[in-house]
Amino acid sequence: MASINELIERIHADSSEEIVTEYLEKIEKSKLNAFITVAKESALLRAKEIDSQGHDGPLAGIPIAIKDNISTKGIATTCASKILTGYIPPYDAHVIEKLKEAGAIIIGKANMDEFAMGSSTETSFYGPTLNPWDTTRVPGGSSGGSAAAVAGGEAPLSLGSDTGGSVRCPASFCGVVGLKPTYGVISRYGLISYANSLEQIGPFATSVRDVATLFDVISGHDPRDSTSVDRETNYSSALINDVKGLKIGVPEEYFAEGTDKNVEKSVRDAINTLEELGATSVEVKMPHTKYALSAYYVIAMSEASSNLARFDGMRYGLRTEDSDWHTTFSQVRAAGFGDEVKRRILLGTYALSAGYHDKYYLKALKIRTLIKQDFERAFRDADVLIAPTMPYPAFKLGEKIDDPISLYLADVDTVPINLAGVPSISLPCGFSGGLPIGMQVIGKHFDEAAILRTAFAFEENTDFHTRQPEGS
Amino acid sequence: MYENPDGVMIGLEVHVQLNKLKTKVFCGCSTDYHNDPPNSHVCPVCLGLPGSLPVINRKAVEAAIKIGLALNCKVEEHTQFYRKNYYYPDLPKGFQITQYDFPISSGGYIMIEGEDGEHRVGITRAHMEEDPGRLVHEGTIDKSKYTLIDYNRSGMALIEIVSDPDMRSPKEARRYLDKLRNILEYLDIFDGDLEGALRVDANISIMGGQRAEIKNISSHKGAERALLFEIVRQKNVLRRGGVVVQETRHFDEAREITLSMRSKEEAHDYRYFPEPDLVPLKISGWAPAIKEMLPELPDARRMRFVEQYGIMDDHAKALTSERKVAIFYEEVAKIADPKISAVWICDVLKGELNYRDLTIEAFRKEDMLSVIELLMSKKITEDGAVDIIRTLLDKGGSPEEIVKEKGLLKVEGDIVSTAAEEAIKENPVAVSDFKAGKEKALNSLVGSVMKKTKGRADARAAREILLGKLG
Ligand SMILES: [Zn+2]
Repeated sequence: MASINELIERIHADSSEEIVTEYLEKIEKSKLNAFITVAKESALLRAKEIDSQGHDGPLAGIPIAIKDNISTKGIATTCASKILTGYIPPYDAHVIEKLKEAGAIIIGKANMDEFAMGSSTETSFYGPTLNPWDTTRVPGGSSGGSAAAVAGGEAPLSLGSDTGGSVRCPASFCGVVGLKPTYGVISRYGLISYANSLEQIGPFATSVRDVATLFDVISGHDPRDSTSVDRETNYSSALINDVKGLKIGVPEEYFAEGTDKNVEKSVRDAINTLEELGATSVEVKMPHTKYALSAYYVIAMSEASSNLARFDGMRYGLRTEDSDWHTTFSQVRAAGFGDEVKRRILLGTYALSAGYHDKYYLKALKIRTLIKQDFERAFRDADVLIAPTMPYPAFKLGEKIDDPISLYLADVDTVPINLAGVPSISLPCGFSGGLPIGMQVIGKHFDEAAILRTAFAFEENTDFHTRQPEGS
Repeated sequence: MYENPDGVMIGLEVHVQLNKLKTKVFCGCSTDYHNDPPNSHVCPVCLGLPGSLPVINRKAVEAAIKIGLALNCKVEEHTQFYRKNYYYPDLPKGFQITQYDFPISSGGYIMIEGEDGEHRVGITRAHMEEDPGRLVHEGTIDKSKYTLIDYNRSGMALIEIVSDPDMRSPKEARRYLDKLRNILEYLDIFDGDLEGALRVDANISIMGGQRAEIKNISSHKGAERALLFEIVRQKNVLRRGGVVVQETRHFDEAREITLSMRSKEEAHDYRYFPEPDLVPLKISGWAPAIKEMLPELPDARRMRFVEQYGIMDDHAKALTSERKVAIFYEEVAKIADPKISAVWICDVLKGELNYRDLTIEAFRKEDMLSVIELLMSKKITEDGAVDIIRTLLDKGGSPEEIVKEKGLLKVEGDIVSTAAEEAIKENPVAVSDFKAGKEKALNSLVGSVMKKTKGRADARAAREILLGKLG
């Protein structure tokens, strides 16, 4: 699979138009259903423009897939929901503006779980995305389309969003690299909120280097997002193939019962590899991990119940037969939202309502504080933490979709990171029965440099990331 | 001491639109929409488009702090926004960004002219929030086949000012509103004349009973009427042996009655929680700096007028009860005699403006100066001066032209003298009556002189001249 550098060389030798055309053909022939909308015309038009006028941006002429919950001016943005039928945003998200400045070409909008609610991309109104390694399995979620597109060679780069693991889970299941940055590092302006206190946009690529390049393009301060931080960074310069003296913390709670044996072995082997390269490892205690899942779902669903209130059919999206506004709102929302979205809105509404607010929402916030403290303590002894991204490799399509609790449990190792707001990168570290296994390297707040360096060094000294699914 | 026989307790919630800010509270849209087509001052943020995020307008925070300080509140060093969740077509996000715990200011008061003199009304809190859009109906609300929504107003900065239940009569409520509006205008953050600039909800209870909340009051007069009606209604309920229930009532401005809303909307659970898209606002250090720049407020200006210009407190109060009038007065008093200026602006001009439902902008200060100058140089009479002011308001023109057209110049002494001699000659009965000691008989002689001079004579001067000739 081509890296950014290889693509740039090819664009100089041939043209962006040729590259874009190749990817478009690949998408057209694909059975993965990684895309909801393919922006064929605008992508080709932009490629020709770049070919004729030239562009000196770091991603000039390179195609990229965008998760369909990121606002793209003039390109339908659906959140994989029926309720946004016909909505074409009049504005670009901050990250889209940045990508356009850098010369990147938006090739299409990637499939996802409806409103990013899920870990398998099966709740999409537009049907599930298939895992390129085994099309009977899920690609993970909620950014399943973004990860599958990169793993299946349908786009060299993509963007996802990670609320409770939605970048790292599909990166792990699809054998690609995915980063969830520190909360506030990438502007959320234009990211359609699911749970706004938890989520960040994150880059996907087939290598740590390309993830860092893409991350450099899309990160940075944006005055339109009050939670966006202002700090100078150059992540690509952190890519040093040297982990001597690095202290790795290993949180045993992340290898708890229910973790697949092969997953555990691969991650522990990876830690050994890094130790052989000069790092040291130490066990760290994160005692509140077992409460993270409940706290995460209460907070995420509470915020979602409010965030999704705006979808009422009055201004955009699905509109049913008009009646009085009460009836119309109900009809639009009943017809427009899928079951999982309705479940989370109802549970979130319940958790925030009078009489339950303190018992659920406030309690969840308290747990969130305790989990943050777990991380603060762990990082006193360690520079980075390493743990499995997912407790198991990709599961079968349909295997968990009718059992929401079991599906929620899959997020056990990813949600604490969002509650704490720290950065984490998932990268391939092994295979089990032909399916990729991912490990996550977790860092201190704003210390993306440490996790990128760790991931880069691991990648430079192993070859898991070079393997490709058949036919891609 | 005011007895408050019905045990009336009134608290007011006033929504003030910061319509003098250049932009809305969470986006860059212009606030100058009042003469523009619907939905022409909107953007992804104030339309609540998916993915848009709010960013606080610092000027709105400054204005909120100004208000807090002017209302003698404690201004916090940290403040936080919350979401108030409810569905309504004018609310594009399905929630309103407002404040809940940690409002920007609380615990203040203002002084009003109460039933028994100066009366203190406590301010519970003054917090920031955003305005929803506006629903527009074809014809009347119950006959309209559809509802149109105008989001120009959506996202306008509002300050909600909640009072303690300290007002004891509808009159006090009205005076509170007048005073509040006056203070806000002094702060220069608000134009009370624009549509929707000030909206009032009133809470009222009598005899220690449950309170009713009256919504949809859009004027000071309306507030007084709604409260008067509500007191009568609650007294009637008690007289019939009933109990006043806690409820929300709607004020029907046209019929001047309040109606129970009896709808599902009453049982709202707003599910407040902190707005995740706006980080807690650190405003330590803002308040002292803003306090330095706070303009002179009505009470301070009233005291200064008495001291500086030597005018009566009643006049000072009337002059400062509207910021524009106070400014008008000071400009006139800079040039003309301050006491005479106060008399003519308070006692004459304000009355004539009121009668015509006009504001001070309808009268030029140059004209006021000319009228006072004509009076001081004794060229016109007081009646003539009133006539000029009325004519200026009704027809326009200049005082000099009006004097000329209407022949208002005070007539010379010898003309009055001649008229007096004629009057004495023509009214022998009155003359003999006067000489017999009937003082009143002089009045008919003065009347006769005025008649002969067509009112241009100064009545006092005519009297003097008559006395001289008779005596
Ligand atoms: Zn706007």
